[in-house]
Order: sequence, then C-alpha cells, then structure tokens
Amino acid sequence: MSHNAFITEETIEGDGSGPLDGRTVAIKDNISTAGVRTTCGSETLADYVPPYDATVVERLTDAGATIVGKTNMDEFGMGTTTETSAFGPTENPAAEGRVPGGSSGGSAAAVAAGEADLALGSDTGGSVRCPAAFCGVVGIKPTYGLVSRYGLVAYANSLEQIGPLAPTVEDAAELLEVIAGPDPNDATTRAPPDGIETDYPGAADGDVEGLTIGVPTELLDGAEEGVRAVFDESLEELEAAGATVEEVSLPSVETAVQAYYVIAMSEASSNLARFDGVRYGASGDEQGGNWNDSFAAAREAGFGEEVKRRVLLGTYALSAGYHDKYYKQAQDARAWVKQDFEEAFESVDVVASPTMPVPPFEIGESLDDPLQMYLADANTVPVNLANLPAISVPAGETDAGPVGIQFVGPAFGEATIIRAGSALA
Amino acid sequence: MTVDDEEVRHVASLARIDLDEAEIERFTEQFGDILEYFEALDDVPEVESEADLTNVMRPDEVEDGLSQEEALRNAPETEDGYFKGPNVS
Repeated sequence: MSHNAFITEETIEGDGSGPLDGRTVAIKDNISTAGVRTTCGSETLADYVPPYDATVVERLTDAGATIVGKTNMDEFGMGTTTETSAFGPTENPAAEGRVPGGSSGGSAAAVAAGEADLALGSDTGGSVRCPAAFCGVVGIKPTYGLVSRYGLVAYANSLEQIGPLAPTVEDAAELLEVIAGPDPNDATTRAPPDGIETDYPGAADGDVEGLTIGVPTELLDGAEEGVRAVFDESLEELEAAGATVEEVSLPSVETAVQAYYVIAMSEASSNLARFDGVRYGASGDEQGGNWNDSFAAAREAGFGEEVKRRVLLGTYALSAGYHDKYYKQAQDARAWVKQDFEEAFESVDVVASPTMPVPPFEIGESLDDPLQMYLADANTVPVNLANLPAISVPAGETDAGPVGIQFVGPAFGEATIIRAGSALA
Repeated sequence: MTVDDEEVRHVASLARIDLDEAEIERFTEQFGDILEYFEALDDVPEVESEADLTNVMRPDEVEDGLSQEEALRNAPETEDGYFKGPNVS
C-alpha cells in the first residue's frame, strides 16, 4: 500500500560503518543529496540535482546508514498537512483518509508505514513535531545551532533545524547523536556547553523520578477535548513514574503565531528570491523579454499558491512603511517568548503540552482557509521562536487518529526531553 | 485591516511574481484577514533582550569549491561557461 511518502525512491549506500549500520533512512526532499534530485516539493525544482551533499547526509552515510529516498513535503516546508506539495498529498498510514501533518509529512509517513527505519525532517515552526504527532511516531526539533543546516534549502533560516523522526525515542536519539555537532560550513552551529549531557541514546532510560514538568495553561486552552483527555492520561502516567506536574504561565505565547508567521514569511520572501529560473529552476521562457518579466513569469509558473501567499505577505511586511509595524514588533514578541521560557525553566525541568491542539485533518479539509491552518501551529511555533529543543512522543489516540505530547527543554537540554519522552515511548 | 487589489498587485510586482486575476481576488480577501490577525503584535510589551551571539571567525584560506561545470549543471540555459539570462533593461 503506497501512501505517497516519497517523491524520489533512490538508494544511496552508506560508505562508512558505525552506529547506523544496517539502518535505512528516508530524507526530506529539501535536504541536498549529491546526484539525487531535491525538489522541495516544488514544481520549480522538479529537475534540480544538487552538486553536493548536505552535512547531515554525509554524517549518515559515514555512520553506515543506507538512504532509501527523498520524502514528500509541503512546498518549501510551507504547510501543516503535506498537501501543498506539487507531487500530490501523502496519506497518513496511522489514520486512513487523513493528512500525515506537515511539512515533513512524507518522512513521518515513511517511518509509520515501515518504509524506512528512520527519517530526517526539518522543523521551522513544527514541521518535524506535527507530522510525528499525527502519524504516531517520535520527532525531535533540536536546539538552534545543534545540527548543521548546510545543504538544507532555506525557508526561514533563523527558525529552522533538521531533526530526526523514528518509531521510538531511543531510535530518534541515536539518529540525533549522529547528525549533531558543529560544522565549519554552517557558522550558526555551536557545541553544547561544557558539562552538559550529550549521550542522547543513553538518556532514553525512562527515568523520570524527581522530574518537574510545567504545564502552561495557555497551550491547553485551544486543545480539542479528545486531545486534552489523552494528554492528561500521559501526565498521570508520568506522575505515577515519579514526576511532578505543576502549572506554569507563558503569556507571550498568545502572540507567538503572529510573530512566527511575520518572521517566517519575511525570511522566506528574501530566501526564495534566488529562484529566478536562470541558475536553477524552471525558466520564465520569455523570449526577448526583460529580466523582471521573465523572473516574474518563472515564479508564477513554478510556485504553488501557499508559497506565493507567504512570499507576498513577507514582502509586504518588509516593505517601506510597514517594517516597524510588523517585522520589528514580531522580533519583540520573539524576545518575549524567549524570556517567558527562561523564567519557566527556573522552576521546572521541562514544559509539556499537546504537540497539536487537534487530531489529524481529513485530506482536503483545510486547504481553503490559510489563517485557520496557521492557528493549528500554536503549540509548536513558540519553541522555534525561543531556539529551544522539543520532542513529540506518541501519547495515545482519538477516533480521528494519533495524539502527540510535546516536551520542551532549555537550550541544549536534549537529554532531559529525551529522558522525559522515553518514559512514554 | 482592509487590503485592496492594487496593494496586492504592487506587492506582487515587488516580489517579482505574476498573479492571475483569480489569485489577486483570493489574496486580497485573505491578506485582509491575515494582516488583521497580525495586529495583535501592537500589544507586545518591550522586552530587554541581550542577544546571545558571538562572532564566528576562520582563517581566510582558499579551499576547493564547485567546479564551473557543476555550478552550471542545473541552469536552463548557458553559453560559453556562463549562465544565460534574459536582458537586463
């Protein structure tokens, strides 16, 4: 049974030997693979073949992994359902007729369907955690700077990280350990501070005795009843295992979705300017036309509607007279979110919430109303704004499909969220 | 917040993306809703933030990069080892 998890199925054999010997890995199609086409789910890159490997791809093959293909995704990562792909929607293997979440929906579906042992996605505003939650698998969004973005086709560079998807927390931790670490080709990578625990697989020991879990009411208010019930059961399970649950307050998350979309769209409008149909991508085919006409025609034909919407809104937010109103205020809102989390981590070890406030949407249900779709990202985007690590772990199911629980940790606190998650899966 | 179709046309021209009439109509309506939602950012308090940033330096040494052939491989049109683009007017 095919779920359309892959855009390109092609094998890249591992050339080294290490912790991923014998494991198959699916790679999101916005991560560059030398000699294997990398489309970003976009018509404009349907024939683009990168001349080099992303750093994470080199690290995987050095560690013995076999890459089995490039997975379907929302175009350039812009979506929450994988339906904005130019290569058709992916079906959720864990919830028939429903979306796998997005934007790394193909990666989550490949793991859930057993078509790959492990997968890589990228998470700009929840794009690893949302599909992990919807497909009933584990997904990690690392601390900003832990994993190299070299070779990741940029959507919003200040927010995104490449992260692992896997059937269990321990598997995800093993994959994270292989891809983590500074890279001279990405100047935003950093080594974790000295003395911090970095044995990620070793942290998946399920020991939550004495762990303090903060639950922000602001991230529960919007959750659907069935999702809330599953989340509450998971908290009870963690309490029974020795964890303490207490309420925390994060008032800044009320403007996190707005801040996220202003920043992500603004960065996208700049990043996607490179797709001019001259150096790569479909050309404008304007014989004898001038540069701007040809450029505009190439982009009209090559980009899907959600990409146009975000590039245009980002251009608007950065345009003369509006920069201070939108972009500058969004940066203030981002600083506020960071500060809120820092204060919360003075009294708790991790912050927990449902990963998504809703269960998986039906295919086709959500395409008409972009704003409604953006609101579904309420619980995941604060983490990207604050540069923090987070994990989504399967918590249970509603009638509509799987529900994920999210644990957020302090910067470079991957071991702590892995430990918390491993008590459940 | 209302947006008219002229503003959508203007921003599309700044972004160098042609739109058809149906797209202009849809975007005009949607942008009004989305920008109105963004208005909530007006109420964000000022936060003292100290950026946790340090410069990352490396020696400026020549390293191997892409060959000319590799760099040109994905271009729709090339001529004499160069990218070929439309006229710049």
